[in-house]
Amino acid sequence: MKPMRSLLASAAVLALTGTGALAERGSDGQVNILYWQAVSILNPYLSGGTKETHASSVVLEPLVHYDPDGNMVPILVDEIPTVENGGVSEDLKSITWKLKEGILWSDGTPLTAEDVVFSGEYCTHPEGGCSSASFFTDVESFEALDDLTVKITFSVAKPFPYGPFVGAEVPILQKAQFKDCMGAKAPECTEQNFYPIGTGPFVVKEFKANDTIVYEANPNYRDPAKPAFQTVLFKGGGDAASAARAVLETGEFDYAWNLQVEPEILSQMAAAGKGEVMSSFGTNVERLMVNLTAVDPSLGPDLRSVYADGTNPHPFLSDPAVRRALSLAIDRDIIVEIGYGAAGKVTCNVLPAPEIYASTANDWCKTQDVAKANQLLDEAGWVRGSDGIREKDGVRLSILFQTSTNSVRQGTQALIKQMWAEIGVETELRNIEAAVFFGGDQSSPDTFQKFMSDIEMYTNNFPGTDPEQYMANWACTEIPGPNNQWLGDNVPRFCDPAYDALVQELAVTAGLDARAEIAKKLNDMLMDFGAMIPLVHRGNVSARSLTLGGVAMTSWDSEIWNIADWYRIK
Amino acid sequence: MLRYAIRRLLIAIPTLIVISFVIFAVLDLAPNDPTGNLPLTIDAETRAKIREAMGLDEPFHIRYAAWLNQFFINEPLNIIEKSFDTCFGSTCQWEAVRVPRAEHWAGVEVHEVSDRLRIRSWGTRSEVVDLIVERAPQTLKVVGLAYVVAIMIALPIGILSAIYQYSWFDQIGTFVSMVGFSVPTFFTGLVLIVVFSTMIPEDSMFWLPSVYDTTHEVTDWDSFVYQVRQMAMPVAVLGLFNAAQISRYMRASMLENLNLDYVRTARAKGMKERVVILVHVLRNSLIPVVTVIAIGIPATLAGAIITEQIFRINGIGALLITGIQGADIPLVQTITFIFAVLIVFFNLIADLIYGILDPRIRYD
Repeated sequence: MKPMRSLLASAAVLALTGTGALAERGSDGQVNILYWQAVSILNPYLSGGTKETHASSVVLEPLVHYDPDGNMVPILVDEIPTVENGGVSEDLKSITWKLKEGILWSDGTPLTAEDVVFSGEYCTHPEGGCSSASFFTDVESFEALDDLTVKITFSVAKPFPYGPFVGAEVPILQKAQFKDCMGAKAPECTEQNFYPIGTGPFVVKEFKANDTIVYEANPNYRDPAKPAFQTVLFKGGGDAASAARAVLETGEFDYAWNLQVEPEILSQMAAAGKGEVMSSFGTNVERLMVNLTAVDPSLGPDLRSVYADGTNPHPFLSDPAVRRALSLAIDRDIIVEIGYGAAGKVTCNVLPAPEIYASTANDWCKTQDVAKANQLLDEAGWVRGSDGIREKDGVRLSILFQTSTNSVRQGTQALIKQMWAEIGVETELRNIEAAVFFGGDQSSPDTFQKFMSDIEMYTNNFPGTDPEQYMANWACTEIPGPNNQWLGDNVPRFCDPAYDALVQELAVTAGLDARAEIAKKLNDMLMDFGAMIPLVHRGNVSARSLTLGGVAMTSWDSEIWNIADWYRIK
Repeated sequence: MLRYAIRRLLIAIPTLIVISFVIFAVLDLAPNDPTGNLPLTIDAETRAKIREAMGLDEPFHIRYAAWLNQFFINEPLNIIEKSFDTCFGSTCQWEAVRVPRAEHWAGVEVHEVSDRLRIRSWGTRSEVVDLIVERAPQTLKVVGLAYVVAIMIALPIGILSAIYQYSWFDQIGTFVSMVGFSVPTFFTGLVLIVVFSTMIPEDSMFWLPSVYDTTHEVTDWDSFVYQVRQMAMPVAVLGLFNAAQISRYMRASMLENLNLDYVRTARAKGMKERVVILVHVLRNSLIPVVTVIAIGIPATLAGAIITEQIFRINGIGALLITGIQGADIPLVQTITFIFAVLIVFFNLIADLIYGILDPRIRYD
């Protein structure tokens, strides 16, 4: 991130959103926010859930937030450290942050570098079970150089050192409040976890776990004119459709989050004229994972869906023509239209954003081409049998297709089954309860990582804006199997030494443009090979009341990251 | 009677222990993972650490023994300490809770942590019993009121329907109770929301809020009116459902008694019809109905889950749903077990009331 670019961007955001908030603090009364999944705790380090991260971002702040375009916005610092301005060391092994002067906690004590150091130590404690631990990967030490300067040292060169304290998942905690809550004691500090002291625009007044939070304007907030609202009512519970109704139809609430509702119903509700449906796009891609290893139940536990150094290839998905044909046969426009509406865009990449990382090399997938798909299969020797299903050497193109239980996913499954029938591929559909499918239960054969089917569908993304760790997911070493307790992110079991070499190169390359170049290449390798079949670039959908101003919804950070700038349109 | 009651209570203890074991085993055997709902961006290593911090790496029997100890010894001790302001052992667990919040903000207060571990939710990392205590008022207010309303409507309707059997009143009553009984609460709830929250404009006096505000406090007349308005729809939905059921029982039981010999005898003795119905028939007819009402209480608390979800009342039912969705096993285990205790307890109550209402029934 070039400093100029991010500073300009943040200035632009402030200029855009600050206009209505010229009034004094607390003059706009109450804002009502509705999250249909209720908030359990206000310490994001102990939850990891999206709703908890958002709710705590009203109180706790990181050093830097991300705006709707994925640019970094300095919050508790004046500028983003870079190699050019000396904030990042030449060897890329340390980053030095300088806190803004005069920032107070809501209890009136000053924010110091000690608090930042403490927050880092709190999350990296081995017994704490901190859910944001991956933000601190390779951190060697945190050091307070003076009251306002923090130096973070890494054990390896970090070309993108903006992991720790960037984004709502890794905010600064107050050392004085949390000092007795380190490690194993962390979960026992109920008072602290429910009523954290922060530097943000609001203070927790009342916290009812899994129900309601009431916030009050922070009297010590750094901008005397903000926040415009005196109180925030943050209600949880219910379901997505009725949450949408409460904003769009009854007008009882000003903001509702994550409205996973059939697009048709949502647009009907919006017609009532009380609110607006908004969407923002991050890096979520709904994709089909192609199992490159054999999964026949007769294989036994040591070989079923196990890579085994490439000796266990899938009987037909290891054929590139089949993978390409499966992708070409899908009409992604229809899937978006029926299942996603404003919440989806057609994509041909697993790395669709930020803009600079998005490749255009794979756009052939955007238009359905059944004729071409059929031709590819014919040429590869897959001929239709008497029942219309293609086969070769006794192997039938018969696919077991699994995903998690979710009405949109089951709709998409049915559509894809129909599309594949047109190219002579038979599909059996299966859905698994989400808590099981995404759960890490070793005894269950139905987890997405064990992948006991030919194709599976789900969404994945990465936190922040840097794709380095995400693209490293498909390195050979990341293949899940019995040897690593099925813990690995390379779900398709893709393995290519050239890919691994490029991942290594990305890990030592600094400079945004050079990194983007490599990331695009990695994406294209995966897409060209067909290890995954991307379907939909998924956005987040929320709704706001037409009387609520200043909202700048982002998918890169807490959606309500700029709640200090919200105001009532009169 | 007393001996019977004591014997029943003693039998209840092993029953409840078996139930608690079954619940614990079923929850443990179910393929479920408390980190399963977290974003996929959290890597497997971190997930393993989170599970470890929750104590999931301990073997089954140790976790079960710990839960038994926490539920049957630590939590009751804690309740006794709280209500009598005394302390067992060297330190008091509840001291932290008593300190006013303002002092916490100052960040000065330090409390010792006692060894007496309490049941802790995995989702909120706070004490499960405190969560239940916080939720109970909402459920009792709305669900309890709905049950009382249901009884008050159902009994007269049932009685009148039986006396004027096959009259217009009976026909309409039968129809309404059929509708109330067969249409699920999630449907009636939505219909009411569409009519009273969406179609009726917000400034009208008939407009009702579709979202229940749990932070609302009744301090004056206006806030009382608001409380009534926000309770109106959920109480109506639950009340209709329960009233339908109870009124059918009442009617059937009355009809059974009306044709019996003792009624004819009473009439032949020249008693007024009012006395015959209210003194003789009603008292005898109430016996099975009271049992139904008593057994229905725990079922109503559990069955209000859906209504709580629709109107976002966030009572105990909603807490249970959140727990199930988040695989928060200590929470689900504790609430389910409390429901089991309630069911056993109210069954006992029903049996005892039976004996009081009908002197012919003797348990000893």
